[in-house]
Amino acid sequence: MELAVLRDRISYQGALLAGFTLLTGAALMTANHLTLPAIERAATEDMKASLVQVLPQGMADNELLKDSVVIKNDKGVPVTVYRGRKAGAFSAAVFQHSARGYAGDIVVLIGLNAEGVVQGVRVLKHAETPGLGDKIEVAKADWIHSFEGKALAAARWAVKKDGGEFDQFAGATITPRAVVKAVKEGLEFYAAHRTEIAAAQGEQS
Amino acid sequence: MSCNTPVSMRRVVRDGLWDQNVVFSQLLAMCPMMAVTTSGTNGLGMGLATTAVLVVSNILIAAIRDYVSDQVRIPVFVVVIATLVTLVDMSLNAWAHELHKVLGLFIALIVVNCAILGRAEAFASKNTVRASAVDGLAMGLGFTLALVVVGLVRELIGSGTLFAQASLLLGPAFSFLEIKVIPNYSGVLMMILPPGGFLVLGFLLVAKRLIDQRVSKPAACTPAAEPNCA
Repeated sequence: MELAVLRDRISYQGALLAGFTLLTGAALMTANHLTLPAIERAATEDMKASLVQVLPQGMADNELLKDSVVIKNDKGVPVTVYRGRKAGAFSAAVFQHSARGYAGDIVVLIGLNAEGVVQGVRVLKHAETPGLGDKIEVAKADWIHSFEGKALAAARWAVKKDGGEFDQFAGATITPRAVVKAVKEGLEFYAAHRTEIAAAQGEQS
Repeated sequence: MSCNTPVSMRRVVRDGLWDQNVVFSQLLAMCPMMAVTTSGTNGLGMGLATTAVLVVSNILIAAIRDYVSDQVRIPVFVVVIATLVTLVDMSLNAWAHELHKVLGLFIALIVVNCAILGRAEAFASKNTVRASAVDGLAMGLGFTLALVVVGLVRELIGSGTLFAQASLLLGPAFSFLEIKVIPNYSGVLMMILPPGGFLVLGFLLVAKRLIDQRVSKPAACTPAAEPNCA
């Protein structure tokens, strides 16, 4: 039958649409199958790279990614804590925490030593105003380093405007306030669950 | 649909780059345009990613154009384009992860770029594969050009730099592009925020109209001699 006649038939059109959906669906499935291992490997690499950033060298001699434990925080949300060990003894903890910023959640990765002193903080994800709030990124400003060496009890955990000791940015107070809050809550979480984190037997290897 | 009137390639290229420029003439793709043109580098990245998708989608649509009924063409095109963008996103993420970290943001935005569906509908569904490929390339480069220009103006006024972080996108060899035009510049935040995008676009549209007017005005026609001369 002529293609031109066929094209106007409703059955042809239905079959055509179904055929294309099937084809593209199959293509997506195949691609997903092919790319998944590589994407997961890349995500692990990324995680490893950020773990190194929040824990200075020599803090741990094990592979943190392989020694993790999942603990529920006070809100019942499970938090994955990566544990650093030195000659087998618990020496460091790295975990994520988030707080609401000016535009959506700000996710930070916090690295602590066993005593709960901050070793490093990095912002993993945010949607703050470019040019104002994005100074929380390590690539844009040094501000994020101001947490290093601070512990929960030994610092005033607020921005200067609120009587704390952390700088706010000109024109942006909400963003640094949120980051300070995220780190503080992270430290509180660690303080409340320290023994659990240190003791729990994860998938240690 | 199957009748293929030969199109002039010169015309196609000229349309894509200037006369029918996606941003400056058709005023399409405003959403990704406003979102990413905070710097010249971002504009370039978005433009190049879009160009690649546009060329492939035009080729695919032109190849299947005879089999697709008019009545269901839009859903078919949408499915093809969405799949294509997802495939590009997945493969880049898997095999060019560093590039994906830089371009990832843009690729997701390509799906909402109506210029792609627009070209499929207006050109590729009526023309040969070869002409459609050229059209996709020309339209994509025209889009890139527009994004880079808008991005550079916003970046210059907004943060006093040109092509900041270009080496992240193009590799260390292109670090010479990064210029700090005004040292110790405090910046004009509004230019980085969406209103700045609209402002710059408005002024650039005026500039393009003025150039077009000057070019198309016949030499002999002067307002003084002919009052009706437009």
